[in-house]
Amino acid sequence: MELGKDLVAASATPLVLAILAEGDSYGYAIIKRVATLSAGHLQWTDGMLYPVLHRLERQGLVSMKWGESETGRKRKYYRITKSGRLLLVTHQQQWQVVDETLRGVWIKA
Amino acid sequence: MSNPAAGAQLEEQIAHWRDYLRRHRAIDSPDVAELEDHLRNQVGELSSAGLASDEAFLIAVKRLGSLDALSLEFGREHTERLWKQLVIPADADHSRASGREMLVVLVLALIAAVAIKIPGLFGFGFNQNEDFYSRNLSLFVLPVLTGYFAWKRKLGIITCVWLLLAFAAAVLLANAYPFSRQSDTAELTALHLPIALWLVVGIAYVGGNWFANGGRMNFVRFSGELFIYYVLIALGGGVLTAFTMMMFKAIGLEAGWLASDWLVPCGGMAAVIVGSWLVEAKQSVIENMAPVLTKLFTPLFTLVLLAFLATMVLTGRAINVERDVLIAFDVLLALVVALTLYAASARDVNAPPDIFDKLQLTLVVSALLADSLALAAITARISEFGFTPNRVAALGENLILLVSLAGSAWLYAQFLRRRGSFAALEQWQISYLPAYSVWAALVVAVFPPLFGYR
Repeated sequence: MELGKDLVAASATPLVLAILAEGDSYGYAIIKRVATLSAGHLQWTDGMLYPVLHRLERQGLVSMKWGESETGRKRKYYRITKSGRLLLVTHQQQWQVVDETLRGVWIKA
Repeated sequence: MSNPAAGAQLEEQIAHWRDYLRRHRAIDSPDVAELEDHLRNQVGELSSAGLASDEAFLIAVKRLGSLDALSLEFGREHTERLWKQLVIPADADHSRASGREMLVVLVLALIAAVAIKIPGLFGFGFNQNEDFYSRNLSLFVLPVLTGYFAWKRKLGIITCVWLLLAFAAAVLLANAYPFSRQSDTAELTALHLPIALWLVVGIAYVGGNWFANGGRMNFVRFSGELFIYYVLIALGGGVLTAFTMMMFKAIGLEAGWLASDWLVPCGGMAAVIVGSWLVEAKQSVIENMAPVLTKLFTPLFTLVLLAFLATMVLTGRAINVERDVLIAFDVLLALVVALTLYAASARDVNAPPDIFDKLQLTLVVSALLADSLALAAITARISEFGFTPNRVAALGENLILLVSLAGSAWLYAQFLRRRGSFAALEQWQISYLPAYSVWAALVVAVFPPLFGYR
């Protein structure tokens, strides 16, 4: 099943924030985590994650720091900030509302 | 990576990909490093799943998404990067080299600024010596500019000696002839020497090898951009000058001498060097302006010329042959040559003919028509005028430009009928470039004795 473009775009921010809330991470690992969590249903074009991460950084929701990979290569790590966590909570509440509403309609139908 | 050859090949592929990515201006080098890390992770995982490394590379690149779409996304996020910041490169590896270059440029600009004041030390002030300065103006700055390119392109000693000899000859020609007062030929020297010497600058610009691939066209681009930068810097300088005079007037001091003796001449000289450096620094960074202006003005010039021709036909008016009519048509042809040259400089040589090429041909043909009408009118009355140095020079320029445009028109027509390539047209235009300078050099060298220095 392929998800619509708008839905993928809308879920990107909460998803990235939620994954970073589990611990610091970097781009490739985030993509892998998304694939595992969604059992492969949520397919991002890999490169598109990075502009999203940069936007979150500009908005102060995540911070970044250069570190090293296992092979000693430069790697950019991201960490969720306090305001990122606050926004994540808001997002969770909003998605819950959407989820409950849809469920209500679909059960009746 | 099982075998080293495949590993080396992969490194090469990644290096290519990295270079390609760097060309997108919305993506800066930390972004490239980040994306490269991603790519390597993906390749590593696919290889350990059993794929050959080149297959793994292809898939990993595909998964990153089309680079254009990616660059668009990065551009949306980092809009400031699309307004390219000039002069201070962020790249750490380049900053030392460019720091040294900036120092060299500052020293050279200072030399050019001081050079114009040196004759003043020997009693050749700006006043009373206008003739001397107008004949020698280009000699104060163009050698310095040539020196900059000689340094930048690491020219060999032999080339440098030849360039130096050219400038020495120019100094002699501008100063050794016994020009009479208010002499026309002296004025011609002042006008033509910079055109002749610009070829010398060009030889230094292309690194000594005038026929090197693409070098001449790059010099054409450089010249156009330098002109635009110079105008912009001059505008800034004008504001600075006006401001200086205003401020000193506020405390009751007259600063006009400061502007006319120092700010304008020294700044005008230094601006050539600084402008050249800016063009060099930004050539890969910002869209070139000269082709944009060309696109804007080609239709307008075409319209004006067509309107001019139509009016002549409809009203039956003939060209009024006066003193300056030849010069006016020289300027017209020079403009049209420049428009075709800069249109070609920004064009993809392999693209098929389009509407703009037709427009270009219309422009060239109407300019040729207008000019032949003017020439016909002038030749009809040439015996009345006699041959003065100015008239011969103007006539020669007209013929040289006419040949250039006729060649362009012919090759444009061939290209539009798909009998020839655009490359042939471009080749014609750039091969013809030295003709302008050679004619200018002839005017400087031969005309004064020919016409008795009058």
